[in-house]
Amino acid sequence: MKGVPFSGVLRLSRFIIRQDRMRYMWWLVGIIGMTLIVPPAFNELYPTEQDRNIMAETMKNPAMEAMVGPGDLANYTLGAMVSHQMLLMTAIAVAIMNILLMVRHTRAEEEDGQAELLRSLPIARHSQLIASMFTLFGVNLLLASLIGIGLYSLSFESMGLSGSLIYGASLGAVGLFFAGVTAVCAQLSESSRGAVGLSFTIMIGCYVMRSVTEWIPPFGWLTQVQPYSNNNWVPVVGLLGTSILWFVLAVVLQGNRDIGSGFLPSRSGRAHASILLRHPIGLAWRLQRTAFISWSIGMLVLGLSYGSVLGDLDSFFQNNDLLASMIVADENSSLTAQFLPMLMAVLAFISTIPALLSIHKLVGEERKSRVEHLLGRAVSRNQLLGSYLIVSVCTGFLMLSFSALGLWLAGTTSMEDPFTFPTVWQASIVHFPAVVTMIAISTCLIGVAQKATGFVWLYLFYGFLTLYLGGLFQFPNWMEKLSPFGYVSKLPIEDMNWLSAGGLLAVAVILLVFGMNRYTNRDIEG
Amino acid sequence: MNVIEMNQVTKVFGKHQALDRLDLAVKSGEVFGFIGPNGAGKSTAIRVLLGMLRATNGTATIFGKDVWRDAVDIHRRVAYVPGDVHLWPQLTGGEVIDLFASLQGKINEQKRQQLLERFQLDPTKKCRTYSKGNRQKVALVAAFASDAELFLLDEPTSGLDPLMEKIFQQCVEEVKAEGKTVLLSSHILSEVEKLCDRVGIIRQGRLIECGTLNELRHLTRMQLTVETRTPIESLVLWQGVHDVVPTESGWTFHADAEEMEAIMQKLSAHGIRKIESAPPTLEDLFMRHYEETTESREV
Repeated sequence: MKGVPFSGVLRLSRFIIRQDRMRYMWWLVGIIGMTLIVPPAFNELYPTEQDRNIMAETMKNPAMEAMVGPGDLANYTLGAMVSHQMLLMTAIAVAIMNILLMVRHTRAEEEDGQAELLRSLPIARHSQLIASMFTLFGVNLLLASLIGIGLYSLSFESMGLSGSLIYGASLGAVGLFFAGVTAVCAQLSESSRGAVGLSFTIMIGCYVMRSVTEWIPPFGWLTQVQPYSNNNWVPVVGLLGTSILWFVLAVVLQGNRDIGSGFLPSRSGRAHASILLRHPIGLAWRLQRTAFISWSIGMLVLGLSYGSVLGDLDSFFQNNDLLASMIVADENSSLTAQFLPMLMAVLAFISTIPALLSIHKLVGEERKSRVEHLLGRAVSRNQLLGSYLIVSVCTGFLMLSFSALGLWLAGTTSMEDPFTFPTVWQASIVHFPAVVTMIAISTCLIGVAQKATGFVWLYLFYGFLTLYLGGLFQFPNWMEKLSPFGYVSKLPIEDMNWLSAGGLLAVAVILLVFGMNRYTNRDIEG
Repeated sequence: MNVIEMNQVTKVFGKHQALDRLDLAVKSGEVFGFIGPNGAGKSTAIRVLLGMLRATNGTATIFGKDVWRDAVDIHRRVAYVPGDVHLWPQLTGGEVIDLFASLQGKINEQKRQQLLERFQLDPTKKCRTYSKGNRQKVALVAAFASDAELFLLDEPTSGLDPLMEKIFQQCVEEVKAEGKTVLLSSHILSEVEKLCDRVGIIRQGRLIECGTLNELRHLTRMQLTVETRTPIESLVLWQGVHDVVPTESGWTFHADAEEMEAIMQKLSAHGIRKIESAPPTLEDLFMRHYEETTESREV
């Protein structure tokens, strides 16, 4: 196709849009919805300048700055608050969207062999890549405009037209930046998973590096934009320019490789299993290792972010009646100490999620016809279920501990009179019997009605609602007691109730024995 | 001695009866072919034998032990290869083979290496990148590298190319020579014909025919091609004669085994000039039963 380097680009772009328009729509609806829902919520929670200034105070610590970046804390208008707290987080969502879509259009198509079919047609070598860039440029442009117009149409005083437009434009620019990075990664790696992995590594690397120095693109540049206060267009232009460089690099790299190949050698794995992988429990762990590590980091970071605001909580409560009504009033302990059980309860609910996911992994394995490899060999059902149970229970215990560790670490740096680690850890680990009970309920469902394991999520959510919002909406006490989390002692402001903890564990053991018995007596599907 | 015994085994899923009073006996040291159309109950029977499904009624034993109660004990001596092998995408083929082997007993390193070479399988690739045939090879290598005494193979070659099928057949012959027992479910009939000592045909959850290929052939029809001196007008009407097709100078037809003597007498009365006979293939056998299935359905 000499002389027609771009032939087919428009047709291919139309083809991509036709295939993926629903996917684009859901991404856009999600990200735009998430953006537009926040300003009214903030306006509700912090209606006056005084409220916002208190919030600005709690933001003045290294942990928060590492997470969301610098902001115009001196003049913390609603707009400044939104762009300070939301822009970076939304940009990460936009980056993820671009990474996944770009790999889908490029390396994944090549891997599945569709690219080969297309390229045998009279279509230039670079057309598919360029069509993918065109399409994603369109998606990001649409995202930027809709967010800009959407934010402006909320018509808050501090959120003007130019601020709103630059807010949207900076998100679109970060999106294009990562579309470009991913286009390059798709040339480097031989597999679509490899390309996604590489792009995500770069994204996380950029995010972490940004907390060290603010001049690392794209997130460091993004936080310099400061919509609604500085409205600095320079970083946006910089990001767009860098995106173009990435795209050019991707095209050049593609011109120098064969179809289906990559620049990074594909690593071959082990020819032999390690000692650990030679037992059902080793397999159960191996299959969940990545998820476990990600959740551990997540819980630690969540603990850190909760802990970092502890220091300013006391002053914050005095000015926020809504939050104050959500916790038990007690003259003997500080408000911060009274707030601790609630923070810990929230962290415990979130810690339950990976533990339940871990035991539910067994259901997925059965559906994918993979348990039969184990049960068809000398592995009993009890051994199999037991392996997943051990991993799940340990996951629950460690997640509670990691969140406590994070909260304590950040708390010691931000509080004048910090909690000791045992205090924090006990307040967290006191939820362990309730977590085990939730795991036991899942085990019962796996034994009796494995198709219904999803119900445990509803039950967990019920427990969260009654406990978290129970105080606010004055729910009757028995509603709380329908969830195992209603029996957890509120350490450190209450005494430890060993009876209810023991009771929960006893119930859990009964449920576990029953669930295992049912599991050994039912048909294995798949 | 029977390694596998199933007596009147019934399995009901809701309203669907997958196995209907199935009787099956596989003798020690034999290769038993288990054939039947899709949905006839082959896999269900094998999954009952593996203790994954609990029989609604009837008894099933392997090595004289109850397949449900003593599953783990039995499995120490059994190798199972499913027709559709699902593996963990993040593990390599080599890791999976080692995992399987160690869940069963000891790994025979030499056998493993030799089988990997024969099946031309790269153990360092992630299972995610394997084709269906390669995933099947992983399961086959794990099975044949084990010291199992009984092999339960459920359509194990459905994804293999002809070359690899041949290697598979050699492997089956080798384990047979070692005196091991094989239950081979398949619908590649030429394979069953080549490998199996005895064959069972399953239809709608029941074993409708079982025996050596020779025994089964007696039950069925021989294909004959004849040329006679005087023309035969009434051939179509003869007892035991089916599927009559005229050829250039004679006839081709199928003859029931039990009517063969009478047919031959009548034929010689016409003066046989040339006669060719061919034994029925397994395919003929199978198709005959299969046609009956569809006929009975139409009724």
